[in-house]
Amino acid sequence: MPDYMPHTDEEIASMVAFLGLDSIEQLFDAIPKALQVAGGLSLPQGMPEPDVMASMKTFAKMNKAGADQLICFAGAGAYDHEIPTVVRTLGGRGEFVTAYTPYQPEVAQGVLQAIFEFQTMVSRISGLPVANASLYDGSAAVTEAVNLAVAASKNETVYLSSGVHPHWRSVVKTFARGTGHNIVEVPLNNGVSDFDAVKDAGPPGVIVVGHPTYLGTLEDLADVRSRCDEAGALMVVAADPVATGVLRSAGSWGADVVVGEGQAFGTSLGFGGPYLGLFACTMDQVRRLPGRLVGETVDEEGRRAYVTTLRAREQDIRREKATSNVCTNQTLMAVVAAIQLGWLGTQGLREIAERSVRSTRYLLEGVTKIDGVEPLLPGVATVRDVAITTPLKADLVLERLAEEGFLGGLALSALTDEGDGSVEPNLREHAILMSATEKRTKDEIDQFVTALTKAVVK
Amino acid sequence: MSEGMIEETHKSAAGGRASSAPLLGDDREPTLFEFSVPGRTAYQLRTNEIPAIDITELLPVEHLRSEPVELADVSERDLVAHFTRLSHRQFAVDLGAYPLGSCTMKYNPKICDEVAGLPGLADVHPGTPAALVQGWLALMLETEHVLCEVTGMAAATLQPAAGAAGELTGLLLMGAYHEARGEKRTRVIIPDSAHGTNPASVTLGGFEVTTLPTDERGLVDLEALKAALDGDVAGIMLTNPNTLGLFEEDIKEIAEAVHEVGGLLYYDGANLNAILGVIRPGDMGFDIVHMNLHKTFATPHGGGGPGAGPVAVSERLVPFLPGPKPVQHDDGTFGWMSPEHSIGRVHAWHGNTLVLARALTYLKIHGGDGLRRVAERAVLNANWLRVRLAEHYPAAYDKTCMHEVVVSAGAMKRKTGVKGLDVAKRLLEEGFHSPTVYFPLIVEEALMFEPTETESLQTLEALADALDRIALEAESDPDALHAAPRTTPVRRVDEARAARMLIPTQDARDEALGLST
Repeated sequence: MPDYMPHTDEEIASMVAFLGLDSIEQLFDAIPKALQVAGGLSLPQGMPEPDVMASMKTFAKMNKAGADQLICFAGAGAYDHEIPTVVRTLGGRGEFVTAYTPYQPEVAQGVLQAIFEFQTMVSRISGLPVANASLYDGSAAVTEAVNLAVAASKNETVYLSSGVHPHWRSVVKTFARGTGHNIVEVPLNNGVSDFDAVKDAGPPGVIVVGHPTYLGTLEDLADVRSRCDEAGALMVVAADPVATGVLRSAGSWGADVVVGEGQAFGTSLGFGGPYLGLFACTMDQVRRLPGRLVGETVDEEGRRAYVTTLRAREQDIRREKATSNVCTNQTLMAVVAAIQLGWLGTQGLREIAERSVRSTRYLLEGVTKIDGVEPLLPGVATVRDVAITTPLKADLVLERLAEEGFLGGLALSALTDEGDGSVEPNLREHAILMSATEKRTKDEIDQFVTALTKAVVK
Repeated sequence: MSEGMIEETHKSAAGGRASSAPLLGDDREPTLFEFSVPGRTAYQLRTNEIPAIDITELLPVEHLRSEPVELADVSERDLVAHFTRLSHRQFAVDLGAYPLGSCTMKYNPKICDEVAGLPGLADVHPGTPAALVQGWLALMLETEHVLCEVTGMAAATLQPAAGAAGELTGLLLMGAYHEARGEKRTRVIIPDSAHGTNPASVTLGGFEVTTLPTDERGLVDLEALKAALDGDVAGIMLTNPNTLGLFEEDIKEIAEAVHEVGGLLYYDGANLNAILGVIRPGDMGFDIVHMNLHKTFATPHGGGGPGAGPVAVSERLVPFLPGPKPVQHDDGTFGWMSPEHSIGRVHAWHGNTLVLARALTYLKIHGGDGLRRVAERAVLNANWLRVRLAEHYPAAYDKTCMHEVVVSAGAMKRKTGVKGLDVAKRLLEEGFHSPTVYFPLIVEEALMFEPTETESLQTLEALADALDRIALEAESDPDALHAAPRTTPVRRVDEARAARMLIPTQDARDEALGLST
């Protein structure tokens, strides 16, 4: 009977006797007998750890997609970056892994200070003065940003650029079912939001754009800012934090809120979770900031100390009046991101950003030499991700590439819904979104180009 | 009170009492930025031999930053020292008992960490075509089946990333269900003892909150409920056992009354640990259930996330579940499908999948029989503590509790001026994490203890002895309690100052000190 409970039979008997009961079952007398599970749950008996490990490894082996099987050229919000041993080791420390939300700050200074350092890093990357302790992922961060912005502008019309990751847009739309926000999707024209296409939608309370867009293209953020000023709207930018290693920060273009996906900072691909939602805003909006915020203070003896602050915003105090229901976040991923960014340092962040730009450009130049393979948006500069079109349907090409040991990217037909405003309908089935991080070598890219050359032959 | 104790238990040391918790010494740790020396580096990247073209030739200059993002520049050695020392300033389950009520801070088996790190699981890109991730899809589907069996439901979504995300997902499902029947229902009923996330989620789900009083038994007031029910009610959110640690005995009548007016029952799985293998939410009449895998199924809390909050539903809500979700085709292979009337995605990808892998590992180790033992021992531990503490800390509702017990320091406060918070802080000096304080809101000076099933009798005894000492000290030396904790890295912190002079970053600190450049 494998488990982790320390009780001996004698101890159980003594505890039951201490309670004046005859059996442990009597503890459940308040539960109507007729409703109780008769004969136990229909689940297999427990198994000892070695057997369970073998069974979990079976799942791992059924996947044909580990790093030793597929060389990753996929991005789309989930990136294959270097995660060094030192980050894995520190991030795996039981004190960080098995703590809970720092309700007792006296014994949680470790996590609180790490979050304070994380907040500082996210603030600097986003170019805004305050960042929270993280949210679930990029999609949650952009959803919370929309809620904040609508509350601030008191205008429920949300211009949501199709340059924002398609899944994130789906999540925003799902949660708008509850809030009733009017989501207006702004199509892309040549990789840039085409606001003229929605000019009849009424003035927005918030404009959300991706920078870079999920296709890797760059928005005209000065134009977005002036449109926001004209409408009295808040400007929300979903920015890739690694790209910010080379790009001007969204905050410097006047964004009110900057959100992003922080998985690139030390969190494994992990089939999509847990990841790390980044959220930064102006001081004007700090009292609407969702999730936890750590601030510096002093203890009774005047020593520097950290504590979660502005708690009056939170759901445990404001209950139905709170503008966010977020309770826990992704603290462990935030701590890991602080460690990874500590490892990278000023030069390292710049270098992985530059190398990712160069690798992706080298990749694009290689594949577009292949007959029939074209950039989705010819002549448009991209960072982080880039989309190409192939003569065959994208899913077939990706299948063939997998046989050669490459995850060749994501088919836009899988990533987007039909009629999506980010891609021409006639190109959608043939488009592949690709990315190469600092981890991809010249050899790997050259081999990939060879494999793609074969894969696009009919 | 301890006469009932068997003698030999006093011979063993209490494994859950960390003698140096959370650490010794009180030197402050500089921030990482304060170790920074410009030019110092730690990172090492792969040799990639891609031509180092100047970035200004690749991207429009107006988009490029002129200066790099300034981060801390430290050596790997300093990085390790800093974060290791930070870890020494942090209490955690690995260090000792963490009886924080409502949070189910049970031991987190280490094997689950190893599973979550298996290369065939951890290295997989979430956008990989289904044919190449059959193992992940099978793992997710098995997790869904086990969770449905545990809760007595028909199907589940694994997407919600945490309990609160699960709540909101469940409420959107509730809304979609009524809407599909052509009904616009506006209200959701919540007991006054509910977690704060419940009312916040209801508001974000597009409903109004109707608060229900707790009766003198500590349970839902059935008459008040019946009076509140009408055709505007979309449903009720219940935690059962409730946040007082008591089982809602009238659940069958409650379910019938809510269903009678066409409403749905939402089960907040925060306290699921108490009833594993004993009774299932589905059998109680619930339609929607969220689970906190980080509580009930021991995936580590990570200092406040990541969690995972799958939502299981009864048959009639299956068509509305978020998609895409894993499915097994007739030929035995696995793929994705979206339910017919899906509310859409609630996560960027497929949920906190590595957390799911940990939870499934835990579930397989325990099996159906082990889960029942979990509930029994969690409830046994809580009741032992309830009875053992009764002399100085009377339970708010003196009857058999489930997995947690809410006691009141109200009498102590009136007599000695020592508050529940003082007791909580003083307990830190005894080598134990504090209980949850001041929740639920309906109990005066509430202290909520949830020992969990993984703490030993010796640990419970040491905890109770410590609390007894504190109670006596409240009479003899109340100032000592007001001053606690005195052994921790920092003492009580000035929360008002943190809010008044907001310093959320190193830059704000430097500016406040006049150090900014």
